[in-house]
Amino acid sequence: MSSLKKSKLSASAVRDYFSFPLVTAAFFIITFMSSHDMLNKRMQGLLVPVCCYIVMALSLNLTVGIMGELSLGHAGFMSLGAFTGVVVSQSLIDSVPNDILRLVIAIVAGALIAAVGGFLIGLPVLRLRGDYLAIVTLAFGEIIMDIVNCLIVGHDKNGLHIIFNFKGEKTVADLNLAENGTAIIKGAQGAVGTKTIATFTAGFLIIMLTLFLVLSFIRSRTGRAVLAIRDNRIAAESMGVNVMKYKMIAFVLSTTLAGMAGALYGLNFNMISADKFNFNTSILVLVFVVLGGLGNMLGSIIAATVLYILPEALRGLADYRMLMYAIVLILVMLATNNPKVRNLFVKILPKRKSKEGAQ
Amino acid sequence: MEFLSYLISGLSLGSVYAIIALGYTMVYGIAKMLNFAHGDVIMVGGYVSYIAMARAGLPGWLSVIIAMAVCTLLGVVIEGLAYRPLRSATSLAVLITAIGVSYFLQNAALLIWGANFKTYPSLISGTLKLSLGEDRQLSIPYVAMLTVVVCILIMVGLTLFTSKTKMGKAMRACSEDKGAAQLMGINVNKTISVTFAIGSALAAVAGVLLCSSFPTLKPTTGSMPGIKAFTAAVFGGIGSIPGAFLGGLLLGIIESFAKAYISTQLANTIVFAVLIVVLLVRPAGLLGKYVPEKV
Repeated sequence: MSSLKKSKLSASAVRDYFSFPLVTAAFFIITFMSSHDMLNKRMQGLLVPVCCYIVMALSLNLTVGIMGELSLGHAGFMSLGAFTGVVVSQSLIDSVPNDILRLVIAIVAGALIAAVGGFLIGLPVLRLRGDYLAIVTLAFGEIIMDIVNCLIVGHDKNGLHIIFNFKGEKTVADLNLAENGTAIIKGAQGAVGTKTIATFTAGFLIIMLTLFLVLSFIRSRTGRAVLAIRDNRIAAESMGVNVMKYKMIAFVLSTTLAGMAGALYGLNFNMISADKFNFNTSILVLVFVVLGGLGNMLGSIIAATVLYILPEALRGLADYRMLMYAIVLILVMLATNNPKVRNLFVKILPKRKSKEGAQ
Repeated sequence: MEFLSYLISGLSLGSVYAIIALGYTMVYGIAKMLNFAHGDVIMVGGYVSYIAMARAGLPGWLSVIIAMAVCTLLGVVIEGLAYRPLRSATSLAVLITAIGVSYFLQNAALLIWGANFKTYPSLISGTLKLSLGEDRQLSIPYVAMLTVVVCILIMVGLTLFTSKTKMGKAMRACSEDKGAAQLMGINVNKTISVTFAIGSALAAVAGVLLCSSFPTLKPTTGSMPGIKAFTAAVFGGIGSIPGAFLGGLLLGIIESFAKAYISTQLANTIVFAVLIVVLLVRPAGLLGKYVPEKV
């Protein structure tokens, strides 16, 4: 078993580190294409969101693939990051005129708030197991969406004004903004009038940073502890691994990355509402992770890219595109998980046998 | 008086959740899978009965039977085509397939019936007005009463079915241990199909009752009630039939009171917050069996 594991580890290491040159190459090719007008406007508009969803997929893969717990509310952390990022960026618009610096500050702020959120939510959530953990993450995702929907935030020379519109009777006027003040988040309407400062280069850099963090995490002492907990919690616990602590570290790292992705995403649109980050978005990212392969970071990147662009590419089919998407999804799951089909693959490709068995 | 009317609307909503949750919990108990497409079967049930009533002009009771028949068939077909080939796959793979089925049903409904919402003609209209003393009047919609009665009947029926009949016992055996059940001569695949059939028929009933109380029908009608009912099933202890019933009712009442007394915007938040607290105190839900791990 140990020799098998060793060979698997090195194979997966090669695959994982291959992601860096692949992403870099893709970035330069796409930058070249877009500077030579080879991408249409719709594709240009997809670049930053694709980057954000790749980061989301990597981050969720840390929770689902490495930690082994199903999370159905990951979009909630993206939402925290997005709205924090938008508020920070919009309120610093005068004091930090440099777009790049402001973007960095906004992303860091988004990541921090998502980390705090992840910690607070992790405290109760990580005590549960299996489907119960899944349903509680779903619940938190919905709670975050509801609370952001009630949020009204404005900024003027006196600083930030925040009110919660819990009864549905407050409006932007209740902020009592001074002259020249601007409303940043208008309750259920979401953030409006955001200055879009997200760039494809920033997206690329965030993917690289995420890859670096996730891959070094997996191969660190902490990461090995998390993997041990995933493979056999009881054995790990009896070896002295503090389950709660290590799970918490992995979960907070995962939510921090989701917050970064969210901040970039929020600053890519001049209006965005909390409903964008609903249950369906969490599921979308989960689909990327599962189709890319649990624990397989390169797989997540490819799945996120292909599946995010697929509905756009299928636009020619008009109304049938989401139907096609659903059918493709079901067929892929059947093809990759049905033992009969898998055995067929094993027979055709004898070399892949050990890999298929290990996954 | 307001309190009572909120309680009644909560009971009625909770009964719908309970009926959906019963379907969820039965399927979970036996197939150990989260059937995310369940909410969309509700939507299909709603549309079929709408077509039968509003377009074909059939009477209400007949439309319910047609909806149940269509949904039962749909449930069995979905199970056979999408879930059965994945019997030995990981639960995550089955979950993603269920999500695929859910997308499929929603988009198929979008293509067939269009994106515009339909106004559902209520199964029975009118309200029962009870006067309690001077100028205090309590009005109970007949639909609410019907919903609660149907829910109780279904719950009693299912309990009897699972405890007394041969098929019910087979279901319980399969949910305990599929391998052992098969060795005892139980046809596991057939049992699971029957479970899906019952669950889907219940979803059709729930769809009709849901649309009778909240008459907007669109392709995503089933999603949110589906999620809430799933929450209710977990709340009561997933896999347990009385648990789903209790969880559904409590969830409906909490939601109704939260809307009335605290905040309309935060009703879902409060429902989910209660769920989280319950799971922290009782990790297997209200009536769920806590199974200690064996090492």
